[in-house]
Amino acid sequence: MTAMTDDSIPVTPRAIHDEMIAFGIMAALLLVVPLTGIYPFFVMQALCFALLACAFNLLIGYGGLLSFGHAMFLGTAGYCTAHALKVWGVSPELGILVGTAGAAALAVITGLVAIRRQGIYFAMITLALSQLLFFIYLQAPFTHGEDGIQGIPQGRLFGVFNLANPTILYYVILAGFLFGFLVIFRTINSPFGEVLKAIRENEPRAISLGYKTDQYKLLAYILSGTLAGLAGALKVFVAQNASLTDVEVAMSGQIVLMTLVGGLGTVFGPVVGAFIIVAMQQYLSGLGQWVTVIQGAVFVVCVLTFRRGIIGEVAHYFRRSL
Amino acid sequence: MADLKMADAATKPATATGASPVLAVQDLQAWYGESHILHGINFNVNAGEVVTLLGRNGAGKTTTLKSVMGIIGKRTGSVRFDGQEIIRASSDKIARMGVAFCPEERGIFASLDVRENLLLPPIVRPGGLSLEQIFDLFPNLKERLDSQGTKLSGGEQQMLAIARILRTGARFLMLDEPTEGLAPVIIQQIGHTIARLKKEGFTILLVEQNFRFAATVADRYYIVEHGKVIDGFANADLQANMDKLHTYLGV
Amino acid sequence: MQALYAQLLVGLINGSFYALLSLGLAVIFGMLNIINFAHGAVYMMGAFVAYFLLNVAGIGYWPALIIAPIVVGIFGMILERTMLQWLAGLDHLYGLLLTFGLALIIQGVFQNYFGSSGLPYSIPDELKGGMNLGFMYLPIYRGWVVIFSLIVCIGTWYLIERTRLGAYLRAATENPTLVRAFGINVPRMITLTYGLGVGLAALAGVLSAPINQVRPLMGENVIIVVFAVVVIGGMGSIMGSIITGFALGVIEGLTKYFYPEASNTVVFVLMVLVLLVKPTGLTGRAA
Repeated sequence: MTAMTDDSIPVTPRAIHDEMIAFGIMAALLLVVPLTGIYPFFVMQALCFALLACAFNLLIGYGGLLSFGHAMFLGTAGYCTAHALKVWGVSPELGILVGTAGAAALAVITGLVAIRRQGIYFAMITLALSQLLFFIYLQAPFTHGEDGIQGIPQGRLFGVFNLANPTILYYVILAGFLFGFLVIFRTINSPFGEVLKAIRENEPRAISLGYKTDQYKLLAYILSGTLAGLAGALKVFVAQNASLTDVEVAMSGQIVLMTLVGGLGTVFGPVVGAFIIVAMQQYLSGLGQWVTVIQGAVFVVCVLTFRRGIIGEVAHYFRRSL
Repeated sequence: MADLKMADAATKPATATGASPVLAVQDLQAWYGESHILHGINFNVNAGEVVTLLGRNGAGKTTTLKSVMGIIGKRTGSVRFDGQEIIRASSDKIARMGVAFCPEERGIFASLDVRENLLLPPIVRPGGLSLEQIFDLFPNLKERLDSQGTKLSGGEQQMLAIARILRTGARFLMLDEPTEGLAPVIIQQIGHTIARLKKEGFTILLVEQNFRFAATVADRYYIVEHGKVIDGFANADLQANMDKLHTYLGV
Repeated sequence: MQALYAQLLVGLINGSFYALLSLGLAVIFGMLNIINFAHGAVYMMGAFVAYFLLNVAGIGYWPALIIAPIVVGIFGMILERTMLQWLAGLDHLYGLLLTFGLALIIQGVFQNYFGSSGLPYSIPDELKGGMNLGFMYLPIYRGWVVIFSLIVCIGTWYLIERTRLGAYLRAATENPTLVRAFGINVPRMITLTYGLGVGLAALAGVLSAPINQVRPLMGENVIIVVFAVVVIGGMGSIMGSIITGFALGVIEGLTKYFYPEASNTVVFVLMVLVLLVKPTGLTGRAA
């Protein structure tokens, strides 16, 4: 059987060099976005989803664990941040911290359950856990059920930066994204990341080498969930609401789709995938339910003919690591 | 061309009998994924013969049987069974033509009881052994029909693995190391079985590490090394070839 | 007490659907190594085929009970031949992703034409009404669903565990290469198995149509509950799937009576508990 993310290109100094250059280009492009006149709301939204997809990718691409419930971190962090901002009236930085911490706590709890099984079962368990959470949020009073938490004040970050200003908000979101991205990038290239890859390739062998693989997987899961939570917390400032759609299975499916389109197990694939899927939704929103059909078709086509994803194909063609 | 010459040398004993072979393998090459395992296998098996492939571990004997059976993904060359080319046929088609295979790992199904294991391979043509004849050969099996297949002892599992392909009507049997890991008394029983099958007109292609066992049943031998047949001789010439054989097999 | 028995019956009915669906999932997983995410979508298709048969062709419930599973089963076999087949040898997760995509397509298409509201499908005349059992009033159709599902489940169990065809199926689940080398057309068996699993889901859809109405998204949430059922029960045993399916339906029904707030979540909570106590599932082998 071939693994889902067959990383045939070894991590070499050159590979890291390539990735650093690509990172520089990406950061530069994103920095000049407000000068180009591109609708910043779209890019901000895409950046939140890009961070979310990168966090998801850390788990599948480097740990071999496909989570079909990653929306639960997005939604949980969103509700926590929104509640803290609106009801407790905390400052934005504290609101982000509350949301991220909420997702981290959820990751610890669900992680202890989910990592008990692998492969297909892990996917089904994470899906079921997120559905459990969906029903809890549907009934819990603080989420306001179907309405969600609306009209969230954006406030001033550190008391200085006015987040109601789209340009300032954009750079704050960008900073959050780049921070999360670098944490993931650093993790992948750390000894911890190497052990994760070893577990993905051959878990029994990693165990026989003396690694407590369950602890590694749990740590990866918690890190992934926490960063997905950061994305959820940031998204509250962009969307100014927190609603059930962020906890739905459909959302988890979209996270999977973004990563699949961009390239499972590639560093930049999830970012590219997130921009494509968010753009697709934006431009096709007039088509109603056909968007779902198109997304399904993209899934099918990707799995049948395009398993490396966009960045995966590019990297493969140039024999580079991206 | 060098390969073909080698093949001529190897197939000499076969042409001596004059009959057209049941199985004729020419320049068979096979791959497991990317790795090239067989590099040009040539041999024949004639009707009613017991032919043994000898060779060291990893020489390609098992892969040869699997390639004939059609269960190796990529294979080229020619395999003719009863005069028909089967190199591109799927394994179910090959089985339906009357080829039966008993794998080295025996392949007894854990989720089936002994009876179900025994009755699993479908009848592909008339002329197979009846259940009575099979129980006559392997009386142990009759007593254990309701046991789970993998609860049998190693020897019983081997008997079951052979027994179930005798029912099907296939007259050409490929047995992959039927004596591996078994007690001498059971090896003897399997030897008797093969001798009896031969008497009844079955054609048998055997893979063996146990050269002493092979000597009790085989008509001819082929030596496989590095994915090629490098030599072949009849049982009558065994003593004359003993020194060579020791070099080939490293025993 | 009336209410308790009524919820128990609802639980048994949901349990029937869980059993039929998880049974199909287990059979498909055994042969194809694929978790069929489209199982909820084909369940819905079963109900819609029954609806079309009645409203377009005037064909009623009883023929639909046979025709709908066959039609949907053939649809499934086409999917298997044109798509799922190409995933052989790849990581199992690709099967999950592909069938998830198929579910999105199928449900999306139906939603486009039929929206999200339910279409009525009436109970056949023969099964209308109810009877008073003394301790409760039993609507005949509901009783029929439970009994008929039980018969189908046990029939499927018998087919797989006790017949020659089932022996082929079990053997091919263990070692398809060898079974094929015995002269059995395993690729065809795989296609038929997928058709069987999908057909069982469609049958559950027809049975559910008069109770739950016919809705494009009727399978969307059910499939996730069934995934939890499968995690709890394990996929190694056919009888295990059946018993777990019915048992969880009943537990859900009881929860509706004693603590209705938790009725949506009880199956998932049980899944968590089982994973903490016995990670391989109640009847499962290690994956």
